[in-house]
Amino acid sequence: MDRHLPTPAERFIRGILPENPVLRQVLGICPTLAVTNTMEGAITMAGAVLFVLTCANVLVSLLRPLLKPHLRILVFTLTIATFVTIADRFLAAYMYDMSKQLGPYIPLIIVNCIIIARCEVCGSKQSVPAAFLDAVGQSLGFALALGAIATVREVLGFGTWFGRWLGIRLLPATLSDRVWAPWTVMILPPGAFLTLALLLGAVNWAGARLQKAEVSR
Amino acid sequence: MNYLATVLMLAIATALINNMVFHFFVGCCPFIGVSRKLDMAFGMGAAVTFVVSIAALLSWTFTYFILAPGAPLTTWLWRLLRPGSTAVVDLSILNYLVYIFVIAWAVQLVEMYVRKFFPALYKAFGVFLPLITTNCVILFTCLEIMKHVGPVPGSVPDPWGLDKALIYALFAGIGFLLAIVIMAGLREELEHCDVPASLRGPGITLVIAGILALAFLGFTGMDSSLARRLVPTAAPAAAPSAASAERPS
Repeated sequence: MDRHLPTPAERFIRGILPENPVLRQVLGICPTLAVTNTMEGAITMAGAVLFVLTCANVLVSLLRPLLKPHLRILVFTLTIATFVTIADRFLAAYMYDMSKQLGPYIPLIIVNCIIIARCEVCGSKQSVPAAFLDAVGQSLGFALALGAIATVREVLGFGTWFGRWLGIRLLPATLSDRVWAPWTVMILPPGAFLTLALLLGAVNWAGARLQKAEVSR
Repeated sequence: MNYLATVLMLAIATALINNMVFHFFVGCCPFIGVSRKLDMAFGMGAAVTFVVSIAALLSWTFTYFILAPGAPLTTWLWRLLRPGSTAVVDLSILNYLVYIFVIAWAVQLVEMYVRKFFPALYKAFGVFLPLITTNCVILFTCLEIMKHVGPVPGSVPDPWGLDKALIYALFAGIGFLLAIVIMAGLREELEHCDVPASLRGPGITLVIAGILALAFLGFTGMDSSLARRLVPTAAPAAAPSAASAERPS
């Protein structure tokens, strides 16, 4: 049965770049846009998704023999909702400020397409090791995309990188406005849409170049 | 402030200023995926508006009577089981599970109802109806309503009754409808344009969404200026205190 399906190691590698959930599959756009105005928010979000996706994928993989086709989406959603509640309570208890900043986007992980798609594509079909590695790979890919967007937005919008946790300041705050002023638009919604659009364009362009090079070789 | 003014301001704030797609980024998946054709986009938006209203009705009722801290129904049941207990009964840890269940149930119900009584509409919606279960707009609206439900007076800063929750949900849906219809109209025109190969599809859609979000930023502050206009005529006695409360910092 597993003959047609990728091996666990392949699943892991594919999640990071070739099938990156955000940059290649364009899934889970809501959190990608909403939490990436600071690096801390992006990393916390990626951590929450890593936890929920890994637990849900492994549990669905264990429940595989019991799944009924017409009820599977409901089972996925309830499994995910349980783990999201755990993640949400954990953040509210130990990282209160971050939980306040992310607000409704942590519970919105329940309806994040990435997790339901992974449960459907991998968790409900393959064994536990494959499901686990697939979840970790996809989450790392998600973290990579979020980190890339958050880096652009935070550096251009605030002039800092991990400003609140590490206090790294890349662009000086004391320059006069004539030399460099923070781009407030990068923190606001339009900056999120434009950054993601340009990143998608760049990834597609690089992918096309690589493919062309491979064909000519 | 009189009731109509409150409703009008809530509607404008929800549909335009804090538009679901352009301000909160929720519902981006259908916004990008289903905005290729104008009629499909309209169908999706209408279906979401419909479902979000029903989900809001159900989630407000469940939160108010069962889930929120000190909810009347659960408190009554607890007192029945443990007479003399004064503990505050709080089931809010079950919120997310109940909401997602309610949404899935509402979508299922709407699907069955529409299939039975409006077959033409059912055909037009097609696969979008079941997909609405995982639409962020609906869960987001439920979560937003959750923050404003408190059966115990003073437990939440700005408690909403069922009427306000329903108006919020309706205009959240209308805001989504507006966004997806604008986008579909633009994308239909875009088919005649020469878009760079690497930006085709989601890329150019997001660029347009960015420009539209910039345009929607122009609505910011409209509610407070409207409040200043509406308040003196509506309730002259309450005007000074309300005006000072509305003025931004």
